[in-house]
Formats: sequence, structure tokens, C-alpha cells
Amino acid sequence: MALENGQKPEDKAELAAVTKPTDWTIVVLRVVAFFATVTATVVMASNKETKSLVVAPPISVTLTAKFQHNPANVYFVIANGIASLHNVFMIVVHFFGDKFKDKGLQLVMVAVLDMMIVALVSSGDGAATFMAELGKKGNSHARWNKICDKFEKYCDRGGGAIISSYIGLLFLLVITVLSIIKLLKRN
Amino acid sequence: MTENRRIFTTVLRLLALAATVSATIVMVTSHDSTNVLNLTFKAKYNHSPAFTYFVIVEAIVSGYNLIILLLSSKGSLWRMVIILDVVAALLLTSSMSAALAIAQVGKKGNTHAGWLPICGQVSRFCKHVTGALVAGILAAMFYFMLNLFTLYNVLNPLFMVKPN
Repeated sequence: MALENGQKPEDKAELAAVTKPTDWTIVVLRVVAFFATVTATVVMASNKETKSLVVAPPISVTLTAKFQHNPANVYFVIANGIASLHNVFMIVVHFFGDKFKDKGLQLVMVAVLDMMIVALVSSGDGAATFMAELGKKGNSHARWNKICDKFEKYCDRGGGAIISSYIGLLFLLVITVLSIIKLLKRN
Repeated sequence: MTENRRIFTTVLRLLALAATVSATIVMVTSHDSTNVLNLTFKAKYNHSPAFTYFVIVEAIVSGYNLIILLLSSKGSLWRMVIILDVVAALLLTSSMSAALAIAQVGKKGNTHAGWLPICGQVSRFCKHVTGALVAGILAAMFYFMLNLFTLYNVLNPLFMVKPN
């Protein structure tokens, strides 16, 4: 490409670097989503409660409720962990991704990955929510007793983790929509 | 070229529609009752909120899919459709995973919580629900492929006229 008269290539590059605005909206959203998913992962992973029940006066039984007892909660922790990593990766890509040559491909990859992570987190949320509901209300038809009346702290912490994950999911959905709009605008 | 893409998109939507409709119907018609030692053990899909949620979401997505197929124009709505497709995929995965989680408890039980598996007593119900879940998984997969294909199309625009 021929240069205009008197204009040096360094000037052009500098001008381009200075005038390109950093898209702060998406970065802020990603940071918030990251904190939400990390909170969800950590709170659910550290969810443990031990209780001693006295069955008959000299005998006491120690019952523990751990998050690993429920495969839906394990999946929840894994899904939110992966989502947190994804958020970190995306923030890094946002700041250092200018070196990537094919801008179109980068935008598509970002949109596709965002969409996949939204699906992953939503599935983790769905499973954990209904498991928590089962623990809270039980299911009289299947003769499954509720466990939340005995393990209140466990249920509360689980509920908090799930709410935090829903917030993260909302932000991730907004980010995905923004990424797709960015992709549409490019054309 | 664009005709092929449009046909492929329509085919994917039809497959997804078929999957969601069959998932809804199979789950709604699942019920079983057994008599064990004078106790009647009845199992129906609405005994569990997860299965009810599954039915509702699959029905909503089926309706949405049907409307999109009928409208099927290249108007200004197609951007909205892309975003709504992402939301639909989100709902499908969430409902499918919730139903899967509850079905897993029903099949294997949970010794820590003292929940006994029920598939031994109502095996016909379990098989029915498994069929509905398989249809739900297929629906989610088709929806996902649809989304990926749409995004791929956006990169190489769908309505670009090929110069001769």
C-alpha cells in the first residue's frame, strides 16, 4: 500500500492505536460475571455441614452433608469453574487480542465460546436449582424426604451459590448478545 | 449458494422442532402405577417440578420454532431471531439438565440423603422419561448446531450476492 506524501508508517500506527477506544462496557461486564461465577464455585465447593443427632441417649450419629454427595452440585461446581476460566481468558484476549490477524475469525470464536459457556452454566444452574428444591421440599410421591430442615446452613449456602451463579449467567447472556451484535455490526 | 444455506437452516429448524415436540409429548404421556404390598405407587410427570419445567420449556421452544418457521422471511427480524435462538438454547440446556438430574436420582437414588431409587417400582415410567430426555438432548444439540451455523453465516453474509 502506497504511503501518502510525507506520512511515515510509525505515525499511522500510533494514530490508529490512540484513536481506537477500548470497549469498556464488555470488559466491565466480564469482570462482574467472573466474580459471580467464582463466588458460585467457591461457595458451593466449600459447602459442608456436620450435624450430630442423638438417636438414643448414649448413641449419637454424626451426619455430614457435603456438596459431593450430589452429582448435580459437582457438575455445578465444574461448570462454574470452567465459566470463571473462560471469563479470565476472554478478558486477557480483549486486552491482548489486537495481535490476532483475522479479526472476523476472532469475533466469531468469541461469540461461539460465549454461547457455549452460557449453555454450560445454564445447565449447571438448572440441575443445581432443582436438586436444591428437592432437598428443600422433598417429594412425597417418590417418598423422598427433605433434608433442609436438618441441614439449614448447607441449604442456605447452596442457595447463595446458585443465586450468584444466576447473576453470572445473566451477565454472560448480556455479554453473548453484545458479542453477537458486534459480529453483526462488522458486516 | 444462499439457497443451500437457507435450506440447511430450515432443515435444522425442522429437526429441532420435531425433537422438542416429541420430547414434550413423550414426557406428558409418561405415567405409571404399581401396586406394591397394598400400596399404590403412582408416578406421573407432574409429580416432579423439574419434569414440569422440562415440559413447559420444550413446549415454549416448539411454539417459538413453529412461529419462526412460518414467518421465515429475510426481514429485519432475523437479528432478533439470532438472539432469541441463543436464549432458546439456554432454556433447552437448563431444562434438559434439570430433568436429567432428577431422573438420575430416581434411577440411582442418593444414599447420603436417604432417597431410594424408584425405577425399580415404576420401570415403565422410567423408560418413558428416558425417551423424553433423549429427545430433549437431541433438541438441544440441533439448536446448538443451528446457532453455530447462524453465526458462521453471519461471518460470510447470508444474503451476499455472488458476483458472476
